[in-house]
Formats: sequence, C-alpha cells, structure tokens
Amino acid sequence: MAKLYTKKAKSTQKMLPKKETVNFILNYSKALKIVKVGNENVELNAN
Amino acid sequence: MATNQLPDALLVKNYIDGDETALEVLINRHQSKIYGFIYSKVLDRDIADDIFQDTFIKVIKTLKGNSYNEEGKFLPWVMRIAHNLIIDTFRKNKKMPMNRETEEFSIFSYMTDNSPNIESQIITEQVENDLLKLIDELPEDQKQVLKMRIYDDMSFKEIADLTNVSINTALGRMRYALMNLRRLIEKNQIILTN
Repeated sequence: MAKLYTKKAKSTQKMLPKKETVNFILNYSKALKIVKVGNENVELNAN
Repeated sequence: MATNQLPDALLVKNYIDGDETALEVLINRHQSKIYGFIYSKVLDRDIADDIFQDTFIKVIKTLKGNSYNEEGKFLPWVMRIAHNLIIDTFRKNKKMPMNRETEEFSIFSYMTDNSPNIESQIITEQVENDLLKLIDELPEDQKQVLKMRIYDDMSFKEIADLTNVSINTALGRMRYALMNLRRLIEKNQIILTN
C-alpha cells in the first residue's frame, strides 16, 4: 500500500481571538447601557 | 473566592449587577473553546474574529437587557449564539461569494482577462489571411458556395436559389470545397490554429 507523506496539521496551539477583538468587546460592554422604557429596551452607548 | 475561580453562573450574575471584570473573566475562560469552534467552521481568522465579536455583542446585549434565563449554562448558550452567527455568515456568503488568496488558490486565476492579447490577435489575423488565400485557390463554383455559407451565413436553400442550382448540388459543391481546402492545407503544410 502506498505511503502517505502528507504532514498532519499540528493542532496543539490554542486558537485565540485577536487582542483587539477582546478589547473591543470589553470597551463596548463598558460603554453600553440598556434602559427599559415601557416594554422596550433602549440602548445607550457612552462612546 | 477570587473572581477567576467563581463559577460561570455567579460571574454572569455579577456582570448583570454591573461588575465589568466578570465579563473579562468569562471571555478569558472560554475564548479558546468559542474561537476554536468558530474557526473550525469558517477556516478564516478574520471572519472568525468578526463572528467572535458579534457573538459577545449579542451576549452583552442579552445580559444587560436582563433577557438571559439560562443560569448555569453560559458556555453552551454562547456556543449556540456563535453557531447561529456562523450559519448567517454562510448564508450571506452564498449570496455573495468571497474568494481569498491562498497558496492553492490565486485570485488572479479567478480574475483572468479572457480577451485575446496582441500576439493572439496577430496570429488570428494571419490564419484568416492564409485561409482566404487558400479559398481563392478553389474552383469558382465551390468558392462561391463556401463564401456564401461561411462568410454570409446563408442557408443551402438560399445558396441554391441564388446560384440557380439544386440544394443537392450546393451541398455537393460545399463538400468538395472543404475536401479541396483540406488537401491544399496538407499540400502546403499550413497550420491553421492559433
């Protein structure tokens, strides 16, 4: 049987999002306020 | 208990109560699983980052809007949001396919200019000139039928009417014209391809 010489992709390294992505999420969270007006949620963004 | 060791449910509660660091802990704790899951589906770092970001924007809006009701199941809930966003992305891409440059796929092979370049235009011109010279070598009746059929795009009925012969005669002349052309091409060893 023919041998396979293709390399297996190493999956040992952890997949992580970019630092900027995480920072954006955290800043977005800090800036966002949601206020209930009647039955509606109103988003207020401090940025 | 240090914030880092708190269970997800408590961190979620703290976050809803206004503790922003709780979200940071939740992201740090689960980012690898969530991002890895997204990347395994979309196989593109930039798209995976976009989906990861959109996933947490949904998470934040739900938690801050007090619409979260799955206490104790934070990770499966986030994964489900990510999964839905991945499906949305595939749906959008199906409508507007996007190809990225990779080692196996060159964007330039996809965007080739199929219009003939100057060289092939010159070759085509030469081939057409050679062919016209060969057609001129044919007997007059055969030349006439061939030109009417090929260059004037006339039917054999029209050719027959115009040359006052039967359709069968017009067909025969065309057949002999083609046979003689082939013979002339072989005799003169002309290559009529570009």
